[in-house]
Amino acid sequence: MSDATDDDGVEEMKVRRVAGTGVPIRGDDIDTDQIIPARFLKTTTWEGMDEYAFYDARRDDDGELNDHPFNEYKGANVLVVNDNFGCGSSREHAPRALARWGVEAIVGESFAEIFADNCKSLGIPAATADPETVAELQDVIEATPEAGIELDVVDKQVTYGNETVDVSIDEAMHGALVQGIWDTVALLRSNMDAIDGTATDLPYVESR
Amino acid sequence: MSEGTLYDKVWDRHKVADLPNGQDQLFIGLHLIHEVTSPQPFSELRERGIEVPYPERNVATVDHIVPTRPEGRERPLADGSAEGMLTALERNTAESDIQFYGLDSDKQGITHVVAPELGLTQPGMTVVCGDSHTATHGAFGSIAFGIGTSQVRDVLASQCVAADKAAVRQIEVDGTLGPGVHSKDLILKIIAELGVDGGVGYVYEYGGEAVRDLSMEERLAVCNMSIEGGARAGYINPDETTYEFLRGREFVPEGDAFEERKAYWEAVASDDDADYDDVVRLDVDGLEPMVTWGTTPGQAVGVSDPVPAPENLPEGEREAARTAQAHTGVEPGESMAGYDIDVAFLGTCTNGRTSDFREAAAVLAGREVHPDVRALAVPGSQTVKSTLEAEGVDDVFRAAGFDWREAGCSMCLAMNDDSLEGDERCASSSNRNYVGRQGSKDGRTVLMSPAMVAAAAVEGEVTDVRDLAEVDT
Ligand code: SF4
Repeated sequence: MSDATDDDGVEEMKVRRVAGTGVPIRGDDIDTDQIIPARFLKTTTWEGMDEYAFYDARRDDDGELNDHPFNEYKGANVLVVNDNFGCGSSREHAPRALARWGVEAIVGESFAEIFADNCKSLGIPAATADPETVAELQDVIEATPEAGIELDVVDKQVTYGNETVDVSIDEAMHGALVQGIWDTVALLRSNMDAIDGTATDLPYVESR
Repeated sequence: MSEGTLYDKVWDRHKVADLPNGQDQLFIGLHLIHEVTSPQPFSELRERGIEVPYPERNVATVDHIVPTRPEGRERPLADGSAEGMLTALERNTAESDIQFYGLDSDKQGITHVVAPELGLTQPGMTVVCGDSHTATHGAFGSIAFGIGTSQVRDVLASQCVAADKAAVRQIEVDGTLGPGVHSKDLILKIIAELGVDGGVGYVYEYGGEAVRDLSMEERLAVCNMSIEGGARAGYINPDETTYEFLRGREFVPEGDAFEERKAYWEAVASDDDADYDDVVRLDVDGLEPMVTWGTTPGQAVGVSDPVPAPENLPEGEREAARTAQAHTGVEPGESMAGYDIDVAFLGTCTNGRTSDFREAAAVLAGREVHPDVRALAVPGSQTVKSTLEAEGVDDVFRAAGFDWREAGCSMCLAMNDDSLEGDERCASSSNRNYVGRQGSKDGRTVLMSPAMVAAAAVEGEVTDVRDLAEVDT
């Protein structure tokens, strides 16, 4: 685990651009139960999470792997999704599973809030774009899976083929990724005195 | 921007600092811990050599993975990974000096049931838990929201989270709920009206006559499902109902100290002239018991209303409605009444409290569960269970043919042995009807109130509880 307080650590943790190939997952309201079914949450580590990503959707009724994008687009790192992706439970297992599978950035029409927050704390940019742009991206990836795609986090742009389009990234997420300060433990603990001060002023916290 | 609301006041009281990323650092008054989202954070702390600075502001219990049959609770648990999570939590809480209500405790249960009944949740607090239904605790007039595993780590490490302030939407609910209509129906109605993502970016403040009339337990069910409406949190301003509920509970001060604390609670309530970012008004006069017909909590109608035809819905909702109806096997144009039920499930952090079981028992008294239905009653906590047993409510359930279990999340998400099989159809008092939620990817979930679950159990099909003769609900 890198330590955000030392400068090299921060440098290493800056997420300025993600380049690679894309993987499209089509559909609105894809909830975290689909991203990772609850029966795979009984773990105490994050090992093996990649296998569980979209576990049910990736299999036919007889348990054989089907042509789900997560079977077909191995090696891709930019996930392209539609509306309200990641709704449902707060489980961070969902973005963890995606990350272990290889996802390093997500572009979509919109994200459930907790899901986007969880992405941020893992250093995964979640960028939003209008439905037409997302549809175009998904079409292009499906037509030419090997074509490059790049998310420029700093300038909030996605480049694919000869096209460059603007995307949105939540301000807090943008700041955290670009400045390399998404490791909040170090940030929060640097204010320990102020924490004690706030606690002391609260009528329900016993003085210590 | 909102001003003068409870949300603003409580936020300000808990704000520690502005963070360089533009977020606020917020002190957390109560952190609830369970076995699923805590092992990784604790091990990360251990790796980094960090000690928990405010152990007394953290409380743990075990709920998601626990077996609900008494014989299944012998240690070690038969399911090795469940045993591993429980053992990890025992060790982690012991090493960090954190109160843990384990399987051997008569206070064990679902975090969102346990904390309110012990008086741990109080007005004017910030409450978090690695679970989206933390919104439940807002019923007391606290800021309560679910956090991800990394934030669980942050809270353990600093008793703080980095957070963005949301906008506040006031939802004024006028009118009176009729007989057989409960707070679950009210919140399902709100979600159906505003949509499952209608609350994104907002915190909901529920108010108005219909909300003020609710008991504390009913209010908890409303706030619980804020998250199903897309809102990160929901709250109700504290009032006499809140204070009377709190009086005498284990973690609530007594005597003069109670009065002092109450002064703080009153002070944080929203001002009469508070500014809101948005205001929505709703009237529940004449509201019917609500049931879901699809695979999101927003796909809900009154029990005698026709299920909408996808082509009549707004364009963006049509495809989802078609897929959902193919899954649940409902016919547009018909009402949900008469939809066959294989399983009746009563419990969860939405509707697993004493009043929920009493309401269901009023329906079940003198009746029997339909022979084609397996019926499960899972109290939200061991305290709920023992309270009901002292009243003889368990006898009503047993006599009717319900399986009467120990506390846990159970078939809400089927992380234990309680699960839907195949394409079973379940009348459920839980909060989520997503595909696969109850343990079978072909399973069908119909969300409804506890009284409606009891009616469905008896009739073997979705039934308007008000049609059952002599039910006093
Ligand atoms: S009862 Fe269901 S919704 Fe509530 S905490 Fe347990 S699993 Fe989550």
